[in-house]
Amino acid sequence: MSNDPHLDRFEVRLSGLGGQGILTLGRIMGQALALDHGYAVTQTQSYGPEARGGASRCDLVISTGRISYPKTISLDLLVALSQEACNKYFSDLKPDGFLLVDTSLVSQTPTNIYWGLPFTTMAQKVGLVQTTNIVALGALTHFISFMRATSVRKSLREILPRKIVDINLKAFNAGFNRAKKEYPEAPEKWKFS
Amino acid sequence: MAKVTQLIHKYLRHSKRFPHVFCPGCGHGIVLGSLVRSIHYMGLAKDDVVLVAGIGCSGRIPVYVDFNTIHTTHGRALTFATGIKLANPRLKVIVIMGDGDALSIGGNHLIHAARRNIGVTALVLNNHIYGMTGGQSSCTTPTGSFSTTSPFGQLEDEFDISRVTKVCGASFVARTTVMQAAAMDSMISEAVMHPGFGMVEILSPCHTQYGRKNNFKTCVDMYKWLQKSSTPMEKYRELPPEKQEKAIATGIFEKKDCTGLEEKYARMRKSLRGEN
Amino acid sequence: MAAGSRKSKTIEIFALGNEAVVEGALIAGCTFYAGYPITPSTEIAEEMASRLPHLRGGVFIQMEDEIAGLGAVIGASLAGRKAMTATSGPGFSLMQEHIGYACLTEVPLVLVNVMRAGPSTGMPTNPAQGDVQQARWGTHGDHPIIVLSASDVQECLRMTVTAFNYAEKYRTPVILLLDEVTAHTREKISLPDPEDINIYTRLTPSMPPEWYMPYEDNMRGVASMPPLGSGYRYHVTGLIHDDHGYPTSNPMEVEQIMYRLFRKIDQFFYDIQMVDEILCQDAEICVIAYGCVARSAELAVQQAREQGVRAGLLKLKTLFPFPRPAVEKMLRQCSSILVPEMNMGQMSREIKRVNNGQSKILTLNRVDGQIITPGQILIKILKG
Repeated sequence: MSNDPHLDRFEVRLSGLGGQGILTLGRIMGQALALDHGYAVTQTQSYGPEARGGASRCDLVISTGRISYPKTISLDLLVALSQEACNKYFSDLKPDGFLLVDTSLVSQTPTNIYWGLPFTTMAQKVGLVQTTNIVALGALTHFISFMRATSVRKSLREILPRKIVDINLKAFNAGFNRAKKEYPEAPEKWKFS
Repeated sequence: MAKVTQLIHKYLRHSKRFPHVFCPGCGHGIVLGSLVRSIHYMGLAKDDVVLVAGIGCSGRIPVYVDFNTIHTTHGRALTFATGIKLANPRLKVIVIMGDGDALSIGGNHLIHAARRNIGVTALVLNNHIYGMTGGQSSCTTPTGSFSTTSPFGQLEDEFDISRVTKVCGASFVARTTVMQAAAMDSMISEAVMHPGFGMVEILSPCHTQYGRKNNFKTCVDMYKWLQKSSTPMEKYRELPPEKQEKAIATGIFEKKDCTGLEEKYARMRKSLRGEN
Repeated sequence: MAAGSRKSKTIEIFALGNEAVVEGALIAGCTFYAGYPITPSTEIAEEMASRLPHLRGGVFIQMEDEIAGLGAVIGASLAGRKAMTATSGPGFSLMQEHIGYACLTEVPLVLVNVMRAGPSTGMPTNPAQGDVQQARWGTHGDHPIIVLSASDVQECLRMTVTAFNYAEKYRTPVILLLDEVTAHTREKISLPDPEDINIYTRLTPSMPPEWYMPYEDNMRGVASMPPLGSGYRYHVTGLIHDDHGYPTSNPMEVEQIMYRLFRKIDQFFYDIQMVDEILCQDAEICVIAYGCVARSAELAVQQAREQGVRAGLLKLKTLFPFPRPAVEKMLRQCSSILVPEMNMGQMSREIKRVNNGQSKILTLNRVDGQIITPGQILIKILKG
């Protein structure tokens, strides 16, 4: 915790389609930040009646101190795993907030300044398209500089069923390494004291 | 002291104020007598017996006897009984309901209790009418009979309680009338000792609310009608269809081996907890 | 064990509000759950289904509907278990019949209602606070009831424990109102060591069975309660009854039980009243809120303070019996009171009722299935 930078309501939205594992992604990330790092984290969600398809959204607020309002107010980071989500939530970003998209599914971004990686294609290469969310998690671990890979891996192991942990760790590494390679400077975006 | 007096002294609540609520000629007292005899001859401890009743005339039965007695809400007696049996499977839970109670408002609970085979015994006292509220038709009021809510004759078909319960999966189903007290004693005993859900349908006359409107001059006529029309299953099957219509089949319609839900749950819990 | 000689074990988990309810219930000693699945309370049932069979005597059962769910809970409680159920709007409506039964027969139980937008099927996945007055008056006839609320995940755990304690202590059903936001927010919570918290369990009779009266009046107004099958055979009925539990319509006996039912809650009002005063000491404008809205209000109050407005927050954790003294204190102190709630004014009506013109009551109502934001509350505070 001592090495963790001071945060005051760092807000992330993970969005996409039902069935993409958005909520699992948020839960793994939230648990790593809450239990291993020791931040205050609130994870909220919004979902429709459909179990598969339809819009899915999971928001995280991360703070060093107590969080009063649990929902997001304006986003520091928007992760969009579908075109619809990208269009819908882009306007919720802060002026200096940042956008991360799955370029396999989001062909039109509302801005030229964004980070993009083909998460779905990468997941297929890993061998299981259902690991798209974890590929994204790997990339996020690179982009969000205060989030330690060891913490995220630990939380991943705790939350996912044991028999799918290995392939998901593979997916995590794929996302993490690719993001590091393509966007080496990206974590500098946010200055945390 | 006569045997019946001994039973009365032993099982009736001394603190309860009498008289009871039942009309002269009502059959419900015969059922209570039979229930007390059955419990006595099975040798069950008073503490281990829980009587759970719904609302209506039949709902008033348990208050007079010295067991654990619960007078619940209309139609819901089986839900309370399910909770009690699962919470303490050692208890013998006996549910007393009327026809409207069990099959109209409580129909959902009856079919599910039968389906999940919870180890309780249901006594359904069928008098074909809502007695306590003043003689309205119930779901077992025979087609064509008169009641205060079918003043021009009942148009709807009636439920056959035993058949409904049987097809829903109950592992013990029987029917008798208050005119066969000895048979009723043994049926109740058998149902109570049977693991899983047991249901005994007991035809009990209501002259006050049903008989008077349906050509029974006195309550004795109703008892005579029950005696005449009740036919053991074996005989009933051999009757020609037109005679079957007027007869009431009695006997044990279903009896199959089964394990009560509470027992299955206990086994699952045992294996999950690694107890043997 | 001497103080300090034992190291308390607290475990931290990252849990949903609904999961925290289950943790709280298990810590409180709940071993029986019966219910019917309904969004957004379902996680409580699912978690109970997988946890309870691992406990000694633990039972989970999914019933055919909510009426049956609460019926089974009452049965289990009569058999001596600490029992609970959970539901949402439409299921809560179905349960009203048995809430009344449990009030009159004085059966301890906990009912969690995760409020979703209504009426009718409403919006199953959206939050609201529209069941507040239903929780108070939903079942027919005069009756006392305890209604609690929780606004964050740690509180979900703590208030569930409290709900069980009150239920057992006062032999009454206790309703815990959550909302979809609180139930579906994941946060870090610490699981207290059960040895560190007060767990209350109903008193069982110690007198000989023939002396026992199940509804006897005493100083507390709460009689002891034996489990079924323990030798104390008595009658339980939803009819108005006398000390022995036998039906009565004798006006004197009827009056006696009705007054006692109210008295047993009223005389312990200060034990039951729970509020949090946040920045209230010098407040000139006070926000009175509960549930998830209290969290929005907390941020709004901080922001208002940053702008030089002396704002405070009175967070209600007990909704009924209505925490009148705590509210009246703020009514006397503040020039205006703001009541934001996700309904058309169900709690502000209570506050207006006790105001007597002392303070200006402002309301902020939102019924579009969205949480009231800190920004909305801040604007209202600044406008005064």
